[in-house]
Amino acid sequence: MRDVIDTRLTAPGIRCAGCIGKIERELPKLDGIESARVNFSAKRVAIRHSTALDESDLVDALARIGFEAQPVAANPLAQDDRETKALLRALAVAGFGMMNIMLLSVSVWAGAQGSTRELFHWLSAIIALPVIAYAGRPFFSSAWMAMKYRRTNMDVPISIGIALATGLSLYETLDGGQHAYFDGAVMLLFFLLAGRVLDATMRSRTRAGIGALLSKMGRSTAVIQPDGTTKRLNAEQLAPDMLMLVAAGEALAADGEIVSGTSAIDNSMLTGESTPVGVGAHDKVLAGAVNQMGSLTVRITAVAKDTALAEIARLMDEAGQSRSRYVKIADRAARLYAPLVHSLALAAFIGWILAGAGWHQALVIAISVLIITCPCAMGLAVPAAQVVAAGALGKRGLLVKDGTALERLADIDIALFDKTGTLTMGEPQAELDDLPPDAKAVALGLAQASRHPLSRAITKALLADHFVPAKLDEIKEHPGQGIAAKYLGRSVFLRRDPDAPAGLTSRLTIGEKSWGIRYADHLRPDAAAALRMLGAMGIESRILSGDREQMVAAVADELDSTGEGGATPARKLAVLEALRKEGHYPLMVGDGLNDGPALAAAHASIAPGSASDISQQAADAVFVGDRLMPVALGIKVARRTMSVVRQNFALAVLYNICAVPLALGGLVTPLIAAVAMSLSSLMVVGNSLRLVRVAR
Amino acid sequence: MTGLTFLIPIALGMGLLGLAAFFWSMKHGQFDDLDGAANRILIDEEDEG
Repeated sequence: MRDVIDTRLTAPGIRCAGCIGKIERELPKLDGIESARVNFSAKRVAIRHSTALDESDLVDALARIGFEAQPVAANPLAQDDRETKALLRALAVAGFGMMNIMLLSVSVWAGAQGSTRELFHWLSAIIALPVIAYAGRPFFSSAWMAMKYRRTNMDVPISIGIALATGLSLYETLDGGQHAYFDGAVMLLFFLLAGRVLDATMRSRTRAGIGALLSKMGRSTAVIQPDGTTKRLNAEQLAPDMLMLVAAGEALAADGEIVSGTSAIDNSMLTGESTPVGVGAHDKVLAGAVNQMGSLTVRITAVAKDTALAEIARLMDEAGQSRSRYVKIADRAARLYAPLVHSLALAAFIGWILAGAGWHQALVIAISVLIITCPCAMGLAVPAAQVVAAGALGKRGLLVKDGTALERLADIDIALFDKTGTLTMGEPQAELDDLPPDAKAVALGLAQASRHPLSRAITKALLADHFVPAKLDEIKEHPGQGIAAKYLGRSVFLRRDPDAPAGLTSRLTIGEKSWGIRYADHLRPDAAAALRMLGAMGIESRILSGDREQMVAAVADELDSTGEGGATPARKLAVLEALRKEGHYPLMVGDGLNDGPALAAAHASIAPGSASDISQQAADAVFVGDRLMPVALGIKVARRTMSVVRQNFALAVLYNICAVPLALGGLVTPLIAAVAMSLSSLMVVGNSLRLVRVAR
Repeated sequence: MTGLTFLIPIALGMGLLGLAAFFWSMKHGQFDDLDGAANRILIDEEDEG
């Protein structure tokens, strides 16, 4: 028996049932692949194969059946997944406990007396204690952490309420008393956990979406071994003086000096400058740059921590701290609310003692005040609204990472845009209007045979116009030079324009005739409309780019905005800092590695789906597709979400205003508390569902 | 009253059974790919025979 191992690949192109069928049917037919299993939600393929195959073989195999795939890096998101599962388990346990205790409680409310009531209280206690101990852990540990650092959050009053209610109910049970509050405590846990689970599910769904987009960058590279063979190594395994072979379309995984080969490299991720630079032997190249034209042999001069990339990573680390100072709205509410509730309960206790009630009765009343003022509606008010909003935005192409991102997006009053890849598409688009239709068909036939970025640009442009590729024979790709073939007996070429070594021009030759094909990086089709919509919401837009001044000015004119060019990562940070000092809440929208620090420092940030891994990790939200509108829509929905959250809080408080006097008067029975809790929760969820319509 | 000695354990037992079933299905990845399950019914099985 040969050794088999499992490998996971992400394939963002899985979109339909047919894709699942194709992958699962076709892959196992190949030698060495035992089985393949698609996870549609996460856009992943798990392949069980023999050790004879490595990751690049599997990527090639998927490419042959039409799916672009990348190996999944050591999964940094697994942690979140575990957290969601732990919450789900706690929710299931709380649900089980709640149902059984309710069953017993109903008979107590219905008037069970004497030994029956005592038996039911005992049974409730036996069920409730382990359930509360298990399902309450997320709240207890969070409250404990907050207390340790002398802060309060929403979990502190919840934990105190639950602990006191459980303790008192236990005392009542031992004492053979009238009321036990196990049902109330467990029900409270259940509703609060439902809110937490919603929140966690929203985050993990978005992470899965973003995870599928990640890992386009130079994580691994082919290294030439001393014996002349090549081997793929991960970026961490590289060492100075190794020779790496960088194919067209690949990103560099380390800094280095070119030994042989000529090409054009795209530094836009690092500098924001969109025009590729021609490079040849002895030129220096930086990690993160993308090789556009021919293959290059590069001698590595610096790896990992010493690269220009690492400097950017350091800036990001420092910048990211400003955001951790942000306090969630639920915790801000708790800061006001918790002392009020605690003093109210204390006042009830003292008041009833003074009024001549026994300490036992006073304590019961104080606890019912605590429980009733700590309603499930409060726990659901924020996550319910945010989950609905994030779901609706997800359908429109904006993936929001977590709830606080929506809260911060709602504060935004000024937006800074990067140019290349953010306002523009970030990839070359072929200008083919000069070509006659039959030449276009030939160009499509040639371009389809290559995976070169420029060929893909031609393919994309022509397929969008519904051209059919011409039938070509003897297609042959000469790496770094072009593609040749035969068309109706004449030889045809698609190659780099020899007169423009660095620029983005290709030349199509059919027999005697030839045409130049130029490439340009166009604005996103709705960039102007999106900026206008932001303006209508009172948000000023500015352009802040690393590209040259005149390029930025041209775009700024076209969009009727102000622009600043030549900005380094440090300069972008300084601009954000200055805006913050003036009391603004800036939004940063950018894609390149050079935007990373700014994305981490801004009050809120959005990156396009084509952005570098680092930028997508740093941003609060990611928009997918060619359109810029999701950015403006995101802010609009975020603002609506916050107003719904405030309404939810108002509803919850309104409920308290009605319920607290009853509780203070000692009139609240567990039945009333339970009904009121469910009603207020339903109201809050219903109110949040209205957000579905806002994103339309 | 004697009915309760049967009914309550039965009710609890069935609840626990449901809880156990949920834990089992979560552990075995039944909820990992909810969208995929909806799509899979559309795939035509190929007859190998």
